Amino acid sequence: MSTDPHLWLRHKARVSPYEVAFWIAALIVPYVLLPKYLALASQIAIMATFCISLDLILGYAGIISLGHAAFFGIGAYAAGILSARGWGEPLSGLLFAAVVAGLAGWIIGFMIVRVQHLALLMITLGLSFLAVEVANTFDGLTGGADGLLGIDTWKLFGIWKFSIWGHTSYAYALGVSFLIFLLCRRLVHSPFGLTLEAIRENPQRTTAIGVANRRHLQWVFTLSSSIAGIAGAMLAQTTKTVSLESLGFQNSAEIAVMLILGGTGRLYGAIVGTIIFMVARDQLSGMNPKYWYFWIGILLMMVVLFMPRGILGAMQRLAAKMSRS
Amino acid sequence: MKRTFVPVLATTALLTVTLASTSALAQKTVKIGVTNVYSGQFADPGAQLDAGIKLYMQLHGDTVAGAKIQIIRRDVGGIAPPVAKRLAEELVVRERVDILAGNLLTPNALAVAGVSKDAEKFTVVMNAATPIITTKSPYMVRTSLTTSQLNHHFGEWVAKQGVKNVYTMVTNYGPGTSSGKSFEDAFKKKGGKVVGADKTPVVNPDFSPFVQRVAEAKPEALYVWVPGGTQPPALGKALAERGVTPANTKIFGQGELTDDAALEAMGKVALGIITAYHYNVHRDTPLNTRFVKAYRAANNGRDPDIYSIGGYDGMHLIYEVLKKTGGNTSGKAMIEAAKGMSWESPRGMMSIDPRTRDVVQTVWIREVKMKDGKPANIIIDHIDNAKDPDL
Repeated sequence: MSTDPHLWLRHKARVSPYEVAFWIAALIVPYVLLPKYLALASQIAIMATFCISLDLILGYAGIISLGHAAFFGIGAYAAGILSARGWGEPLSGLLFAAVVAGLAGWIIGFMIVRVQHLALLMITLGLSFLAVEVANTFDGLTGGADGLLGIDTWKLFGIWKFSIWGHTSYAYALGVSFLIFLLCRRLVHSPFGLTLEAIRENPQRTTAIGVANRRHLQWVFTLSSSIAGIAGAMLAQTTKTVSLESLGFQNSAEIAVMLILGGTGRLYGAIVGTIIFMVARDQLSGMNPKYWYFWIGILLMMVVLFMPRGILGAMQRLAAKMSRS
Repeated sequence: MKRTFVPVLATTALLTVTLASTSALAQKTVKIGVTNVYSGQFADPGAQLDAGIKLYMQLHGDTVAGAKIQIIRRDVGGIAPPVAKRLAEELVVRERVDILAGNLLTPNALAVAGVSKDAEKFTVVMNAATPIITTKSPYMVRTSLTTSQLNHHFGEWVAKQGVKNVYTMVTNYGPGTSSGKSFEDAFKKKGGKVVGADKTPVVNPDFSPFVQRVAEAKPEALYVWVPGGTQPPALGKALAERGVTPANTKIFGQGELTDDAALEAMGKVALGIITAYHYNVHRDTPLNTRFVKAYRAANNGRDPDIYSIGGYDGMHLIYEVLKKTGGNTSGKAMIEAAKGMSWESPRGMMSIDPRTRDVVQTVWIREVKMKDGKPANIIIDHIDNAKDPDL
C-alpha cells in the first residue's frame, strides 16, 4: 500500500457496494414490501440516528456516557415546545432542536472532557437524573409527568401530512438520518476523526505530539449532543408526544445496548444494532407481551459472550478468516 | 452488513404473511387492540387491569352481536408515549383493530388519543385518571375515574363535616399535585382554609421531616396523597412515630392510602383515617360479591382492585355498545351508542356522561374501623352521580 496519508484516508473512506445496497434497501423494503411496518421503520431510523450520535463519542472518542438521552430529550422538548407554542414547521424545528441540544452539549462538555472512566459514568448518569428532575419541576413548560401536550407538526414542505400510515414519517426520518450519517461518515474518515481515535487509544501520546485533547473531545461531544437532539426532535414531531422518560436513564441504557449489540466504532454497528434490537422487541413483545424482555436479555448475553465486538465486529472477523483460507 | 439485514427482514416478512393469513381465515370478528403495560415497574397494575378484561370475557363469553371478540395485547413497557402511539398505530394499520382499549397510564393514553382521533376508532380508557384525556379524541370514553372527580367531591364533603382548616401533603408529580389541588380548591370554596402545603418526593421518600412539620403546625386535619404500594405503610409509620394520629388530627386521603396491604402493614394506627374511593372490594352487594369470588378464583385468590374494575367495566361498555349498534364498529356509531349509557357495576351505579364521554359514578367515603378483629374500610357516606368538576 502507498505511504501517502491522503491516499490511505481516501482508501479507508471509499464507498463499498454493500453500503449502496443497504441504503437502497432501507428506502425500498419498508415502502414496497412492508408498508404496514412504516411506523416501526421510522422509529428505527430515528433511534439509529440517536445511536450514531452515541457511537461518535463512545466508539470513536472513547467517552462512555450513561446519560446521552438527556440531549435526545432536550432536542425532543425543544422541538415539541416550539410546536406546542405555535410553530410546527418540522425542518426549522429540527434546526432549533439541534442548536439547543448542541449548546447544552457544549456547556456540559466542559465538565465531560475533564474526567475519565468511573467519574465519567457517574457524571453522565447524574446528568440524566438531573434532566428528568428539571423537566418535572418546570411542568408549566414541559407538561411534567403527563407529557407535553399540543404538539402539532405541520405538513412537510407544506405538502405531505404526517398521518398514521407513516409514509411521510418514514421518508422524513430516513432522509434526515441519511444526511446525518453522511456527515458522520465524512467526519470519522477525516483527520479530525483519526485524531479522536488516537486520543481514545492513548491520550498521553496525543498530548505529547501537540493535540489539544480537550478541545477535540468537546467539539465531538457538542456535535454528538446536537445529533442526539435532532433524533429526539424527529421522535417528538412524528409521534407528537414528549415525556419525561425520553430524558431518562432507561432511554440512555437502551441506546447503549443497541450500540454494543451492533458493534462500536463503525457507524453501521449503530444502525444494525438498532434494527436488530427494535425488530426483535417488536416481534417478541407482539408474541408475548409479558416475558419478552427475557429473550432480549438472552440475545444480549449471547452477543456479548460470543461476539465481544458486536455483531458487525464478529462478521468482519468471519469475513477476514474466510478470505484467508 | 447485508448478511444480517436480510435474515431479519426475511423473518419479519414471514411473520407478516403468517399474521395476514390467519386473520383472513377467521369469521366475522371484532378486534380490540389493548395497549397496556405488561413489563417493568407498572407490570402489576397492568396485570390487574388485564385480569379484569379476561374475567369479563370469561363470564360473558367471547361472542357479542354475532361477532367473535378477539383481544390483541401490546406492551408499552412503562411510561413511553412514543411507544404507545406507535403500538396503537400499528394495531390500527397492521392488525386492523376495530376498537382501542387499555390505556393504563396518562402519558400513554394521551398519545393513543391522537391515533383514536385520526383513525376514528372507538377508544376506552380503562385506567389513566388525568381529567383532560377524553377531551383529546371525540371517540374516547373512560371507565375508571378522574383524580379530580374523587378529590373535588371529597374536599366538599370534608368542608361539610365542619372541618375548618387542613394541611395538605402530596407527592410531587402530576397525579399527586392535581389531586391535592382539586381537594384544596373544593375545600376552600366551601369556606375551609389550607394552613400548610407540602410536596413529598416521588421516589423513596423519607416522610419523617414532613410529618414533623405537620406535628408542629398542629392543624385540625391533614390531607395526604401518596401513590399506592410501599408508600402508604411508610407514611402510616411516620405519622404514628410523630404522634400525628386520628386521635388528635383528622386524616384524609385517597383510597390507596388504606388498601388491604397498607392496612395490614399499618395495623391499628390506621383506625379513623377517612378516604374517598370509587371501588370497595368488601362492599357487600350480590353483584360485587359474585365479582370478587370469580376474580379470586381466576387469579389465585388475589383480590380485584381499581385497575381490575376499570378493565372489567371497560369490557362491559364495549359489549353493551356492540349490542346496541348491532355489531357496527365505526367510531361514530359506537361513541354515539356509548353516550349516556348507564349500568350497575360491582363498584355501584355508573354511567357515561353524554357530553364529556367521561365516567360518572358514586364516590364512597370510608373510615377505617375494626371489623371482625381487623381494621377495615367501612363505608360511612357516599356521593352519587359524581362528575368531574372541570369538564
